[in-house]
Amino acid sequence: MVISVASGKGGTGKTTVAVNLALSLDNVQLLDCDVEEPNSHIFIKPVFKSKSKVFIPIPVVDKTKCDGCGRCQEVCIYNAVAIAGKKVLIFPELCHGCGSCTYFCPHDAIKEENEEIGVVEAGEKSSIQFIHGKLNIGKMMAPPVIRAVKKHINKKKTVIIDAPPGTSCPVITAIKGTDFVILVTEPTPFGLNDLMLAVEVVRKLKIPFGVIVNRSDLGNKKTDDYCAREHISILMKIPFSKKIAGIYSRGDSIVEAMPEYREKFRELFEKIKQNKDESSAK
Amino acid sequence: MKIAISSSGMTLESDVDPRFGRCPYYIIYETENDSFEPVENKSGQAAGGAGIQAAQMISSMKVESVISGNIGPNAFRVLSAASVKIYSGATGSIKNAVEKFKKGEYKQTGGPDVVSHFGMGRG
Amino acid sequence: MKQIVIISGKGGTGKTVIAGAFAALARDKVMADCDVDAADLHLLLGSTIKKTYVFKSGFTAFTHRDRCEGCGVCRTACRFEAVRENFSIDPISCEGCAFCSFICPRQAIEMKANISGKWFISETRFGPLVHARLGIAEENSGKLVALVRQKAEEIAAEKNCRWIIIDGSPGIGCPVIASITGTDCAVIVIEPTLSGLHDARRVIDVAGHFNVPVRVIINKYDLNCDMTEKIEHWFKDKNIKILGKVGFSKAVVRSVVEGKTIIEYSENKVTRTLRSIWRLIEEEL
Repeated sequence: MVISVASGKGGTGKTTVAVNLALSLDNVQLLDCDVEEPNSHIFIKPVFKSKSKVFIPIPVVDKTKCDGCGRCQEVCIYNAVAIAGKKVLIFPELCHGCGSCTYFCPHDAIKEENEEIGVVEAGEKSSIQFIHGKLNIGKMMAPPVIRAVKKHINKKKTVIIDAPPGTSCPVITAIKGTDFVILVTEPTPFGLNDLMLAVEVVRKLKIPFGVIVNRSDLGNKKTDDYCAREHISILMKIPFSKKIAGIYSRGDSIVEAMPEYREKFRELFEKIKQNKDESSAK
Repeated sequence: MKIAISSSGMTLESDVDPRFGRCPYYIIYETENDSFEPVENKSGQAAGGAGIQAAQMISSMKVESVISGNIGPNAFRVLSAASVKIYSGATGSIKNAVEKFKKGEYKQTGGPDVVSHFGMGRG
Repeated sequence: MKQIVIISGKGGTGKTVIAGAFAALARDKVMADCDVDAADLHLLLGSTIKKTYVFKSGFTAFTHRDRCEGCGVCRTACRFEAVRENFSIDPISCEGCAFCSFICPRQAIEMKANISGKWFISETRFGPLVHARLGIAEENSGKLVALVRQKAEEIAAEKNCRWIIIDGSPGIGCPVIASITGTDCAVIVIEPTLSGLHDARRVIDVAGHFNVPVRVIINKYDLNCDMTEKIEHWFKDKNIKILGKVGFSKAVVRSVVEGKTIIEYSENKVTRTLRSIWRLIEEEL
């Protein structure tokens, strides 16, 4: 089963949930898909065993075959291909790797070459297989790096995906095709505002989901009311505690410092399995 | 010869705009007879590649030189490939800029002045 | 007129609460919420939307079934798995590259201008606020952020304001860049955590790249004083000025719940620290 952990808003506790859930189960893979700011390695502290580069195909022009006809520039929506002084100029940072220019060149003068945009690192910690992706600074395209991380999914294991925050396309890439989404929120107007956006996304993708309320005693009841109205199941509530905040700030895991939480996360997993079977997405 | 100046408005009294790719207008000035026309910059709203698009449009107009406040790396690359001369660091009114140019007071720019996305955040 | 942007690298550090506090403390200002993926600032300022605009960016493919002959070339061409088995287009996966549209022998696929979000001008307790909402699954290219910035600058010029207070985007990509460029100061809000420091470093690189002076606020510092000390040393080494340390306070959460800035809600150590931080900013800029 593949479970993704997402949230409309950053800082609600997504990584905390993903990490501690992974540490509470057996036969687990943890995939950190927040490739702009991957954090879960700080808490898992895996021993990294492999590193592979992520590439996107960027067009390269063979000047001997090019006659400056401009067809490539016509078919590029992103302004990644320019014609100036009868020369073709490619701008890799704007290129989405769609393959149009390569296909439509009447002289077969364009071929695609690999350009590095990030890395994927894999490692282990106790029984957890850990994989994360890092987008190189200055590169704009997160989805190809996220897809490269997800290629490591081993369906024989329980796979947990730490998704990026928000609702834009990197998040979609991370949670698409997963079996269940945990939406982590806080019971404040900020949390609720962003939870509603995240719920819209998950419903559009038709994936079963449930909510975890973090810092559950700091805020108001509106999030509970919203979930009740929308028939959204609240899987777990984690109250605020300075102890937990301190543990997190040191880069330690809750379940190691407070073992009673291990049981709570195992119960969470059982609830998710049940929920997924009942398919609570409406 | 034809020169293009990034402009905040449509007349010679308008100010030189500091951003080549995302300025609202260009003033295309013919130095032989001192005629000019304002051209709207449709690239300003492009998500990416505004400088690229703008540079292509300018070079297709057979402009010999470009005067602007700042030129980013993408526009610089396109203009250079089209052998358009680039003069940056201009401020003040368009009228002023044209006079300074005619007097040879502007030096050609060797490279881009600003990093990419410079024009993005500003109004 | 000075522009100040509050950023954080990582979400949830208290960026918006601090932006709200500055909005309450500054005189003659316009606010801009550049966190278009998860905009929250309006919830603190008591805002009423006065104008709504649609934001278009890029295209989405659309198949005209009556023209389609089912040859499937589009499905072979599409690299984003956006063409379904029945040759209709999945708008969530479509990246608008138009390959399918160009290649279709029947011209059955049209590229439609994509409404990728909405932006708003609102009136608030503290003056005008420009904010936006990016649509679901849309690419956050930074263009919508740039638009919010532009409109805020227009309003500030019109009303002769002294300040534009910008609630920035989290992360390190184009939306952050569009939040930061051309501002007079970027205030980085950081929590005393390992992950917070990790992410702040990346965003400091970005700010440096764009020549925007950087200042730091350590928020909820008393949740880990050791970490706070480490962070203070780290920034001192880099010669980056720390404007102040704000302590953790449940009153902050209560103020958010009530839809108020902390400045209005109560007078306590948090508000005193924020007031002195704002005084420092005013002096510097």
